[in-house]
Amino acid sequence: MIRICIAVLLLAGLGLARPALALDAAVVHKLAFGDTSDDKIAAINALVESGDELAEPLLKALLAGSVQTSGDRVLIIQGKAATDAVTGEKVSPVPADANDVVLNNRIRGVLESAVSALRLVSHDRATRLKAARDLADDPRAAALPVVDKALARETDPEIKSVLEIVAASVHLHTGSKAERLAAIRTLASSGNSKTEALLLPLVAKKADGSWSEPDAEIRAAAQKSLADVRGRLAWGDRIGLLFAGLSLGSILMIAALGLAITYGLMGVINMAHGELIMLGAYATYVVQNLFRAYAPGAFDWYLVAAVPASFIVSGIAGMILERTVIRWLYGRPLETLLATWGISLILMQGVRSVFGAPNVQVTNPSWMSGGVQVMSNLVLPYSRIVIILFAAAVVAGIWLLLTRTRLGLFVRGVTQNRAMASCVGVPTARVDALAFGLGCAIAGLAGCALSQIGNVGPALGQGYIVDSFMVVVLGGVGQLAGTVYAGMGLGLVDKLIESWSGAVIAKIVVLVFIIVFIQKRPQGLFALKGRAVEA
Amino acid sequence: MTRLYSSRGWIALAAFAVALLVVVPVSALLFPPGSAFHLSEYWVSLGGKIICYGIVALAMDLVWGYAGILSLGHGLFFALGGYAMGMYLMRQIGLDGVYHSHLADFMVFLDWKAYPWYWSFTEHFWYAALLVVLVPGLLAFVFGYFAFRSRIKGVYFSIITQALTYAAMLLFFRNETGFGGNNGFTDFKRILGIPIATPQMRVALFALSAAALIGALLLGRWLVSSKFGRVLAAIRDAEQRVMFCGYNTAHYKLFVWTLSAVLCGIAGALYVPQVGIINPSEMSPANSIEIAIWVAVGGRGTLVGAALGALLVNGAKSFFTQQFPDYWLYFLGLLFVLSTLFLPQGVVGLLKFSREKRS
Repeated sequence: MIRICIAVLLLAGLGLARPALALDAAVVHKLAFGDTSDDKIAAINALVESGDELAEPLLKALLAGSVQTSGDRVLIIQGKAATDAVTGEKVSPVPADANDVVLNNRIRGVLESAVSALRLVSHDRATRLKAARDLADDPRAAALPVVDKALARETDPEIKSVLEIVAASVHLHTGSKAERLAAIRTLASSGNSKTEALLLPLVAKKADGSWSEPDAEIRAAAQKSLADVRGRLAWGDRIGLLFAGLSLGSILMIAALGLAITYGLMGVINMAHGELIMLGAYATYVVQNLFRAYAPGAFDWYLVAAVPASFIVSGIAGMILERTVIRWLYGRPLETLLATWGISLILMQGVRSVFGAPNVQVTNPSWMSGGVQVMSNLVLPYSRIVIILFAAAVVAGIWLLLTRTRLGLFVRGVTQNRAMASCVGVPTARVDALAFGLGCAIAGLAGCALSQIGNVGPALGQGYIVDSFMVVVLGGVGQLAGTVYAGMGLGLVDKLIESWSGAVIAKIVVLVFIIVFIQKRPQGLFALKGRAVEA
Repeated sequence: MTRLYSSRGWIALAAFAVALLVVVPVSALLFPPGSAFHLSEYWVSLGGKIICYGIVALAMDLVWGYAGILSLGHGLFFALGGYAMGMYLMRQIGLDGVYHSHLADFMVFLDWKAYPWYWSFTEHFWYAALLVVLVPGLLAFVFGYFAFRSRIKGVYFSIITQALTYAAMLLFFRNETGFGGNNGFTDFKRILGIPIATPQMRVALFALSAAALIGALLLGRWLVSSKFGRVLAAIRDAEQRVMFCGYNTAHYKLFVWTLSAVLCGIAGALYVPQVGIINPSEMSPANSIEIAIWVAVGGRGTLVGAALGALLVNGAKSFFTQQFPDYWLYFLGLLFVLSTLFLPQGVVGLLKFSREKRS
């Protein structure tokens, strides 16, 4: 029984592979030595008909002028060597008597559509889809019979819908009135940005004011389809904008989260926060290099090690900072600000001394490159999606830590009433160090995330410090939820304004908005209710 | 009227004034290069630059040392004064620019046909001088009015001033803003028709800066030793209590804040012709925060200390960036940390402390 199965499988495999073995010698000869153009075109069509894998390279080579004949052999020239087009055997060196196969423009045109047609009927789904998409991007190159033939054979619905649009694009200019109307209706369902350009000439006016399309019925249909297509494209743009806003928002949020703890909960103005983000990014860089050197096979998974590494590096740096400098300055916020600024300068210069001033290269793991094609004008990159999810996970983690653990209880207790917490036996100094370390460690996580989407250099943190403070201040001090809302809100607003006015103006508008907002609500969006105490 | 300084203080100030206003010009202009008493142009312009920083530090000390408002945006007012003067200096280039146009070079480059409206009248020196005072002053007034009215103070205030200067920097980096984008203004040729690159002009600018510093010092000293200054110090130490006493603290803060911004603007205007360039990097948050360290190193609430701090830190900066460029940021960073941890009163406080110990 098993033997029979294997035999059947083998036979099936052979059956599938058979067309790839060799081309029909007679057809190839007709192509190379045919007397008239008609002979050659017939040969080309026969090759296309066969759907053979080897036909495409031959036809492509013919187009490129690298097919020669020697005796009765047909050779595909590749530099100094050649391949026999029929048998596929190598011929080296190229025989001295080889002659070019002569083409005229008519054959050339047939060849071009033949090549694309061959790709349309390829056995590989990805090749077919790409060929169809290429045609959809430039439908003028499509030969209608080829597309129709491919449509008839095609079973995959996605490729089929692309091909239908290609066919419609061709019909649009050449078909009968009924065909044209049908084509216009088909095009209305397309989400391709090129379709807009196809339909536009139908509703355009000539320089003298007359319509370039004389038939009013077609004009009206085109107008309607155009509106549909534009509507669909606009949705793609809107969703893209929303996604960009969410992505920026999650970046802002993750950069500001650590600050929400050190500044928001503890009241420490940590101007070195940006540099702790940078340290996290450099930790990721080091882990990446270690993986590349010692475990190249597992390189795709270096982030699994980089996330805890950046957490620990920045966290330890933060705890050292707290023990040596910041604890002497509790209750003196302006002094803390200056001292931590000094620390940030030292950290920046330190990184510059160790790793050099230029940016370093952090490579995305391969599973993070590319993206999901949602619509023809909308691709969501995986790296951004991962960061949004990562930011959400970090928020959830901190929330759990602060509300569900003993350490979280202590942190909240010390924040609310240090003396009382101390009285009931909370080791306030240690809680301070741990909480500050936690805030800094989260900055490290932010650095790890940012290293995946931006440049990693000594000045990385500088770009985020103002933004992070804005997010925390806007969200309201002492509130994690405020930071989340403020980060997301700022991200969305920023991208929204950016779509009207450009990135720099958007940034300025947002900053000015925050400055004005703080005048109105100095306690931020989500202030804790209670007695306002003068700090 | 209260006495500004003790007689010893007056003597010290007079000696300082003579050194800057007489000795420096004489040694720079009358002694030929090569003479032991000659002061080269490099030192004159470096000195002039540091004196301008001294004025800024003094202005900062007025708001931080006396009113307890730490501004992280004073670089903005400094740069605005500089830009106002820069506009005049650009106009003075006339047809001598690279493109020999009546427009500034960067405008020709951007293919602009005329000066935008906010450049009008800047070819007149007095109008530009008015702008130097008005632009930073107005901005500070409006910003301060809203900020102090809604009782923003402490760190919140510091952070929004930082956001303000950051936003302004981004704005000025844009070419479309009309202030030369990245490159800002440079290649100045003359002031009031007199070429800038002559030793006489350099010394004149130096002396003018020195006079401005001394003037600002006297003005500041007069302010803080008046009743106004006492109220300011009271606001710094216990704002709520001052409010309960019936003072409108916002007015006091607003006045000193605006005055401080104007002083910065004047310093910027004197600074730009001496260094020959103004660009948006002057507005970077890092620059503004550095001003705070000058004051902290010199000693807060002493005025003289602030100017001294500017001299010390910038002197060290010139030394380090020439000799050990890699170590400057380490030094500056340590200065921030150590001066806040161990020198709460600054260098002046240290001197006072040692003098009291001796007596």
